[in-house]
This record gives sequence, C-alpha cells and structure tokens, in this order.
Amino acid sequence: MAHAETHDPNTPLEYRSEVGRLNILGFWIFLGAEVALFATLFATYMVLTHRIADGPALGELFEVKSLLIQTFLLLTSSFTCGLAVHEMRRHNVKGLMLWMIITLGLGLGFLYFEIQEFLHFIHEGANIGTSAAWSGFFVLVGTHGAHVTFGIFWVTMVLIQVAKRGLTPATSAKVFITSLYWHFLDVVWIFIFTAVYLMGMVMHHG
Amino acid sequence: MANKTAANGHGGFPWKHLIGFVLSIVLTLVALWVALETDLSLTWILIIIFGFAFLQAALQLLMFMHLTENSTSTKLTGRVQVGNILFAAFVAIVIVIGSVWVMTAGHAKHEKHDVPKTENHENHGGGNDSEEHGSH
Repeated sequence: MAHAETHDPNTPLEYRSEVGRLNILGFWIFLGAEVALFATLFATYMVLTHRIADGPALGELFEVKSLLIQTFLLLTSSFTCGLAVHEMRRHNVKGLMLWMIITLGLGLGFLYFEIQEFLHFIHEGANIGTSAAWSGFFVLVGTHGAHVTFGIFWVTMVLIQVAKRGLTPATSAKVFITSLYWHFLDVVWIFIFTAVYLMGMVMHHG
Repeated sequence: MANKTAANGHGGFPWKHLIGFVLSIVLTLVALWVALETDLSLTWILIIIFGFAFLQAALQLLMFMHLTENSTSTKLTGRVQVGNILFAAFVAIVIVIGSVWVMTAGHAKHEKHDVPKTENHENHGGGNDSEEHGSH
C-alpha cells in the first residue's frame, strides 16, 4: 500500500490498486476455465441430442415465445449492467446502484421464466431422467441457471458493500468483476440460444 | 496508444453500450428468422446461426466487457486477457466439435464392423434410428 503510484487522473478506480488489477486479470483467467467447463456440458448435450429414448424430442417442446422472453431479459440485463459500470466510472454511485438493481430485477425475471419453462417441460413428460437428451439439456441449461442465481446473490452482496463503504479502489474492482461475470452469463446464453433452442427447433421442424 | 487504455470510455453518452445492445438484439432476431422462416439447407442454417452466435459473443466481450482494455501502469494485461480468452475459445471448439465428430463419424464405422453381414440399415425408417440423424 505504501508505495505511491502516479496515475493518469482518468484511470478508473478499479485499476488503481495493485490488488484490484490482479483480481481483474485473475478473474479473466477464471472465465477461461468457465468456458472450458461449459464446453464440456455443450459437448455432452450435442452428442446426446438425438438419444430421446421414449421421451419427447427436444424441439417438440421448445417454444419461441418463452425463448424470446428469456433471451431479451438476459440481453437487456447485460446492457443495464454495462450502463452501471459506465456510471461507476463517472463516480456516480446512485447511477451505479440504480442500473445494477434493474439488472438484478431482469435477472430475477429471467430465472422466473426459466423455472416456468422447466416446470412446463416436466409437466409434458420431460424431466432430467426421461432420456439422455433431456439429461444433457437440464444439466447444461440448469448449470447456467445456477450461475445466474449465484450471480444475483453475489451482486447483491457487493452492492451492500458499496452502500456501506462507498466507491473505493477495492469496492469498484468488486463491482467491475461482478459485471464481467454477468456479461459472461449472457455470452453462455447466446450459445444455449443457438446450440440448444434454435438447433433443436430446426432439427425438429426441418 | 493512449486511447487503448482503460481511461477512455469515461463520461459522455454510452454509445458503445447502446450499439452493442441494439446489435445483439438484431443478431438474435435475424438468427431466429434464418432458423425458422427460411428454406435454406440445414448445413447453411447451422453455419449462419453459429456465425451470428460467435459474432454476438465477440460483441459482448468488446463492447461490454472491455476485453482489450489495459490498466495504465501494466500495458500487458489487455493482451494477456485477449490471449487467454482466445485460448479458451480454442479449447471449447476442440471439445465440442471433437466430441460431436468422434461420436457421429466414429460410431457409424463401429456399427459397420459389428454387423458386417446384414443388409444396410438405411431403410428401417422408424423413429428409433436416432444414430442416423447425427450425420445430416
């Protein structure tokens, strides 16, 4: 802490402490590992898509409306999360809080519709044990949903800290890292949207 | 060089975010349209929608996540981040395409070896021939 560093006055707070810089870099490396984790789940799912046993085909139950609602909620939440960081860099704590709370609300909405959809699938006779294809589906999409759930708790905790301690190099690095996590969830969803839902519907109709 | 650092993107209207958001919505809708409303062949549909997916992922990384951003004192981090994510993407693609390839092409060969004397299975026609679908 002692050694003074000279900063361009424009350097964002989150990059001003050495710990902040290293944590952000470390988090990028963690995200690389997350990419590998999700890749294995995608591979499992794509290898098993057609192993539907006696259960319904995947594309048979997917619905465009529910898919679009979930996708728009998550895309918009990624946007509002970006705006929150934008406000943070202008040292506008109120703006940061407001946009982050909107982000959390959109995330909760996404989870609500995802759970509704899972319940609908289960009601139609497709649960995690129905067939290899549905196991792959629920594990992949469920893991993403679990990440969103964790993200909501994490962001909430960080926001409480910002409210108590204000914007410091430490808290701003935490906000920035949670924002990276949230955008990353959107990146994963883009591939779920394409590889699971669109491909499932194309294979089924075409 | 200076405008490659974390310092830019301060203040003003968040154009980068707005453009990223609008483009991601457009890409999503066009991918949906290509997948469900066009008469393209399956191969072309898959190429197009996966192309859009990677484009949209790049958009998130560059417009929202500030992937290429340096901290002003250590110019290296931006490049480390980009290298790390490109490597992760490479690993992901190898895992997914490798698995799909080995489980479709490899499996068909295995079947031929196993039952050399029977007629080929292509005309069973039943819904249970799920192995066949993978090779379209």
